[in-house]
Amino acid sequence: MFGFLLRRFAVLIPTFIGVSIIAFSFIRLLPGDPVALLSGERVMSPERHAQISAQLGLDRPVVIQYFDYLGGVVTGDFGSSIVSKTPILDQFLALFPATVELSLCAIILAVLIGIPAGVIAAIKRGSIFDQSLMGIALVGYSMPIFWWGLLLIILFSGILQWTPVSGRISLMFFFPPVTGFMLIDSLLSGQKGAFMSALSHLALPSIVLATIPLAVIARQTRSAMLEVLSEDYVRTARAKGLSPFRVVGIHALRNAMIPVITTIGLQIGVMLAGAILTETIFSWPGIGKWMVDSVFRRDYPVIQGGLLLIAAIIMFVNLIVDLLYGLINPRIRH
Amino acid sequence: MKHKLVLAAALLSATFFASAASAKTFVYCSEGSPEGFDPGMYTAGTTFDASAHPIYSRLMEFKPGTTEAEAGLAESYEVNEDGTVYTFKLRPGVKFHTTEFFTPSRELNADDVVFSLERQINAEHPWNQYVAGTSWEYAAGMGFPELIKSIEKVDDMTVKITLNRPEAPFLANLAMPFASIVSKEYADKLEAEGKKEQLNQMPVGTGPFSFVGYQQDAVIRYKKNADYWGGAPKIDDLVFAITTDAAVRYQKLKAGECHLMPFPNAADVEAMRSDESLTILEQEGLNVAYLAYNTTQAPFDKVEVRKALNKAINKRAIVDAVFQGMATPAKNPIPPTMWSYNDAVEEDEYDLEAAKKMLQDAGVENLSMKIWAMPVSRPYMLNARRAAEIIQDDFAKIGVDVEIVSYEWAEYLDRSKAKDRDGAVMLGWTGDNGDPDNFLDTLLGCNAVGGNNRAQWCNEEFNELVTKAKTISDQDERAKLYEQAQVVFKREAPWATIDHSLSIVPMRKEVTGFVQSPLGDFTFENVDIAE
Repeated sequence: MFGFLLRRFAVLIPTFIGVSIIAFSFIRLLPGDPVALLSGERVMSPERHAQISAQLGLDRPVVIQYFDYLGGVVTGDFGSSIVSKTPILDQFLALFPATVELSLCAIILAVLIGIPAGVIAAIKRGSIFDQSLMGIALVGYSMPIFWWGLLLIILFSGILQWTPVSGRISLMFFFPPVTGFMLIDSLLSGQKGAFMSALSHLALPSIVLATIPLAVIARQTRSAMLEVLSEDYVRTARAKGLSPFRVVGIHALRNAMIPVITTIGLQIGVMLAGAILTETIFSWPGIGKWMVDSVFRRDYPVIQGGLLLIAAIIMFVNLIVDLLYGLINPRIRH
Repeated sequence: MKHKLVLAAALLSATFFASAASAKTFVYCSEGSPEGFDPGMYTAGTTFDASAHPIYSRLMEFKPGTTEAEAGLAESYEVNEDGTVYTFKLRPGVKFHTTEFFTPSRELNADDVVFSLERQINAEHPWNQYVAGTSWEYAAGMGFPELIKSIEKVDDMTVKITLNRPEAPFLANLAMPFASIVSKEYADKLEAEGKKEQLNQMPVGTGPFSFVGYQQDAVIRYKKNADYWGGAPKIDDLVFAITTDAAVRYQKLKAGECHLMPFPNAADVEAMRSDESLTILEQEGLNVAYLAYNTTQAPFDKVEVRKALNKAINKRAIVDAVFQGMATPAKNPIPPTMWSYNDAVEEDEYDLEAAKKMLQDAGVENLSMKIWAMPVSRPYMLNARRAAEIIQDDFAKIGVDVEIVSYEWAEYLDRSKAKDRDGAVMLGWTGDNGDPDNFLDTLLGCNAVGGNNRAQWCNEEFNELVTKAKTISDQDERAKLYEQAQVVFKREAPWATIDHSLSIVPMRKEVTGFVQSPLGDFTFENVDIAE
């Protein structure tokens, strides 16, 4: 097991270096001069241009810039935003809980609905339930998040007025963040109605963000389940006279879960990408929205640092999934 | 789940209306997060709306709804004979905000003014680089470091600013957000505590609202400043709910989650107009889009040729196709909301036959030219290629062959400056200080040839008028010169002016007292919510 762990870590290092090169090159590969772009129609004097280039560190050889940057990153210094002038890591840490809260809710929703739906579809293979479920899953998977989010807002917030349009909590509640998780903070605040408000704000974005993973998980569970259900040991279990619930719930599901867990792990990456759109639509102050805003503000250090941090998280999650997978399926370790 | 949501919604609306009745809270669905709260460091309107306008005041202020500067924190001012020495008498009894993090011990005085401006132009000032990487973008952009010779405190309530040369737009510049007056006492306190950067995060000013708190990318909260020198605001609390997506802002406005929003989607405007719970305001923005000929190259060095081409441009068609009506055709280089706008100037009406004849009379045949179209969408021109195609189509009808060219944006800006540029370039401008000088001299003056003056047009008569207008401090006299300059401009036609885009502001019916600013600012000191 230890050797397996070590091998996994060893792969991470070149991957991280690769990602850092991509994140670093991003701003430099953009066509045109990033400094000139900052001033737009206004003509910038050459002195001013030189001054800003120096500020951004763009006046030095690229290789030196890169190693400087990498040196900073290793020691936890991701640089500062050229716009707000605050350290990138601080901003990231302040906004990250919002994204985690949303993603967790979404993944829980996706798992709680996706797995049972996939199992039932597999058992009732070919039935109307199965066909319509897989049809819906396909639609859900292909739905552009932006459009889907707006559609839900118009229906549930606009026409039915069941949920608030956007944000994390009603503006009437005002308390300092403790954990950064609004559901917990609203309980801690002790303000009446705060928790319900946070919950109702979380509903629509969670559904939107959960849609694609839910579809994928349901489809994956169904096919894994179908495969397992045709195995000899399932037939044996049935022949032994075990209740259908035990056969499916205990014997089959457990084995079918192996590929599903990998899928769930992979969905975390998909989710961070989805969060960028979902957070923008729902004005959810997380890292996805932060990245989008930074692109619009041409805040290159933030885009660079944010990309790297997000990539690091996805890598970390994948590592955990790999380890988990190794635990469930001993054959993988070798 | 459904029941819970309904319950939550009910609870929410109950709390919303309950507190709305006791304390008036005005919610503005703003379009983005502020970059910081010290306006001098920034250039974005979004930042100014969240910092300079609610929190601070300036020596001069723009009269609501106009681009005219009037005395603000300065009770009165005097300008010497040659226009180089400005003496400001400060308004007595102006209080800085008392907040949870700062209690002022004194009222506004000359120290605050000197401190606020000096730090922006003097690189040696201890507060010039109080946050690493600070650049005083606007002060530099308006030429303050070269323009201002000295800023002196004459006595506690008098400040004298000496310029290196006469510059009439200087008063308007002082009304701009970057020239906001911060508290020196607060800055001193922060310096003593070693927390200088807080000046940009927890601001203290003399404006209509005091700062309560900011949750990054989510909410900014302000409280009414009951001691505001311009009269206490009518609302108690001001909240900015940061909502970056325009369609979502609209839904929030409809649902009553906010009272007013900026920048709607063009596609939504019609539905907004038919919504009985909303009022829609509209006004020309402080901008212009233009097509600048290279007036140094044949045959575009001939006025008749430029005039003929101008008559072949269907501005109405461009405005309809590109803006879906959210713009007006432009006849002058400055927008109609700006003082000195000359409405008497006659437009070169769209007339292909006349244009064709004018070209023939000028002896131009088989003309082929390039038109540069920006690769990006700008507020004054959403789709340059589409506009260029419409022009191309019309020019073909008068026998002029057009090739549309484009470059990557930074490249485009740079190459279009070249004096020997081949072709007419499409570009535009969004004004800074509402002063005509900021359009007419900045974009068309002889000094700007090879830079902002993309027409490479140096006309003695025009240049004399706009240069002279800089040295006069009387606004009426200046207006006369600018009106004349617009006549010369139209006669000489260095550009085809294309459009001024409209700024559209949807708000709830119950909102009163909101005045649309031609400068594009969103200010709420006079708003109220009708019961």
